[in-house]
Amino acid sequence: MTGKQKFFYFLYLHRTGLTVIGLSLALVLFPLVENNPYTLGLTNLIAINAIVVLGLNLFIGYAGQISLGHAAFFGLGAYGSAIATVTLGVPPWPAMLLVAVLVALVALVVGIPALRLSGHYLAMATLGLNFVFHIILLQWDAVTGGPSGFYGIPYLSIGSFVFDDEVRLHYLIWTVAMVCLLLCLNLVRSGVGRGMAALAGDETAAAALGVDTRATKVKVFVLSALLASLAGSLYAHTYAFISPDSFDIFAATDFAIMVVVGGMGSIWGSLFGAAVMTMLPEWMDLFDNYKDLVHGGILVLVLMFLPQGLVTGLIDMIKVRLALRRHKHAQAE
Amino acid sequence: MLKLNNVSKSFGGLPALSEVSFEIRTGQLTALIGPNGAGKSTLINCITGVLAPTSGSLRFRDLELAGMPPHAISRAGIGRTFQNLKIFPRLSVLDNVLAGLTCEAGHSMVMAMLRLPYLRHRERRLKLRALEALDRFQLAEKANWPAGVLAYGDKKRLELARATVGNPHLLLLDEPVAGLNAQETAAVGEQLRLLRGKGHTMLLVEHDMELVMEIADQVVVLDSGRCIATGTPDQVRRNPLVLEAYLGRLEATA
Repeated sequence: MTGKQKFFYFLYLHRTGLTVIGLSLALVLFPLVENNPYTLGLTNLIAINAIVVLGLNLFIGYAGQISLGHAAFFGLGAYGSAIATVTLGVPPWPAMLLVAVLVALVALVVGIPALRLSGHYLAMATLGLNFVFHIILLQWDAVTGGPSGFYGIPYLSIGSFVFDDEVRLHYLIWTVAMVCLLLCLNLVRSGVGRGMAALAGDETAAAALGVDTRATKVKVFVLSALLASLAGSLYAHTYAFISPDSFDIFAATDFAIMVVVGGMGSIWGSLFGAAVMTMLPEWMDLFDNYKDLVHGGILVLVLMFLPQGLVTGLIDMIKVRLALRRHKHAQAE
Repeated sequence: MLKLNNVSKSFGGLPALSEVSFEIRTGQLTALIGPNGAGKSTLINCITGVLAPTSGSLRFRDLELAGMPPHAISRAGIGRTFQNLKIFPRLSVLDNVLAGLTCEAGHSMVMAMLRLPYLRHRERRLKLRALEALDRFQLAEKANWPAGVLAYGDKKRLELARATVGNPHLLLLDEPVAGLNAQETAAVGEQLRLLRGKGHTMLLVEHDMELVMEIADQVVVLDSGRCIATGTPDQVRRNPLVLEAYLGRLEATA
């Protein structure tokens, strides 16, 4: 191999790690270039959504299931942190962990019966879960603050360093998001991840290869709920105010749309999907009134033409083309 | 290796298998034949745990398979291929074979997320084994292709590679040469002979009589859910019951 070939082979071999490092560097430098609080607020929201979408994409894209109820876990994290810190006076960091563990338990209890279902039935069950959760938020106002929301959630801090402006929050939230991204990347590149991908491909075949299909589905569901809860806690501590409408069924479908736009089973796509769908309303002012219509339209179009999702669908197409072209070349020689 | 004792399976009172008994001996290639609807697929599904038998026992080494879930049976060392190909079209050819090593890759999600060094070493070893398996089935050059692009014969061989890479104690092959041309059939037959030479124990479900008679050590014939004959290919070929099942009653045609 020549030096140049070696260099490119090295790039190819370590492409995932290098991309993570590159993105991390860009994120470290980003606030130096862009210090507009509005923009940083938006990118912070992208990171929060991305954490939810990472988990949800594992569940939809890898375990091959569907959930239209992840706004509930996101909301449980947010309200859990709010109630624990404000009402109960628990310090924010332990509260965040405690809430995440509790949400994981809730997901386990819900998941064991719900994941006996699949397809439309699972979609309906999770949608119902989110609906019930939203109604509880609205009705139980002694605890949740009802329709007017929950005020006065404290900022996170380390010692006397308070995460109270967009730049500080940028580093906090993106650090968490990148750690989650890295963990998910590791997972999907492992044997467990291949088992999950097999499950999404064909349940009978996966079981015949030794994948415990039921346990795997429940585990991935719990993991995705855990990530959603973590993101919810960050959301609560970032905005200091939360209201039930951020966690309704439209929020839940938006998360699913982010997965679909990013592409099923694509970890990087999750980041892309979260970014596009978070920024979309900002690009078009008009959009606000027709938000749900446009989101629904995107969902239908992507699923009709690229059922694997936008990014994954395009990558799949390229891979197939490349393989076929190489094959032709090989035959021609 | 595997001993079936009076295995019965009925669907809502309709018997699909009635009291099937035979034994698969270590190192042998047992062929399971029978006309369409004889219960071959039902039997395979009972052995792999997709269906639970209504009654009877299936002793595999020291285990009773009846009632075990499919993944546990797979982990106990029974690998299989499917009649209607079940490869994962979106995964690469290499990843498809690696999926056959899921049991050895570890099951802990937390460990996988942390990507500890011991897992990375293991991953490298597994990848080597998967590549060797691909090499055995002449698929190494296509390791990075999405498996969905492969031609039908390649997909069949990929499934064989995936089923054998984990060195299962018993390998169930559900019509491995269905839909292949004569040349491809011969190639798969050669593969099966090689596998048997290495000491693999196999149960082959197949319609291709020529292949069965050529490579099987033992032939089991099912008809209408009943085991009507067991023996060497020669014994079975001369068995009047078998001829009747395949060719119809002599008096009826006479």
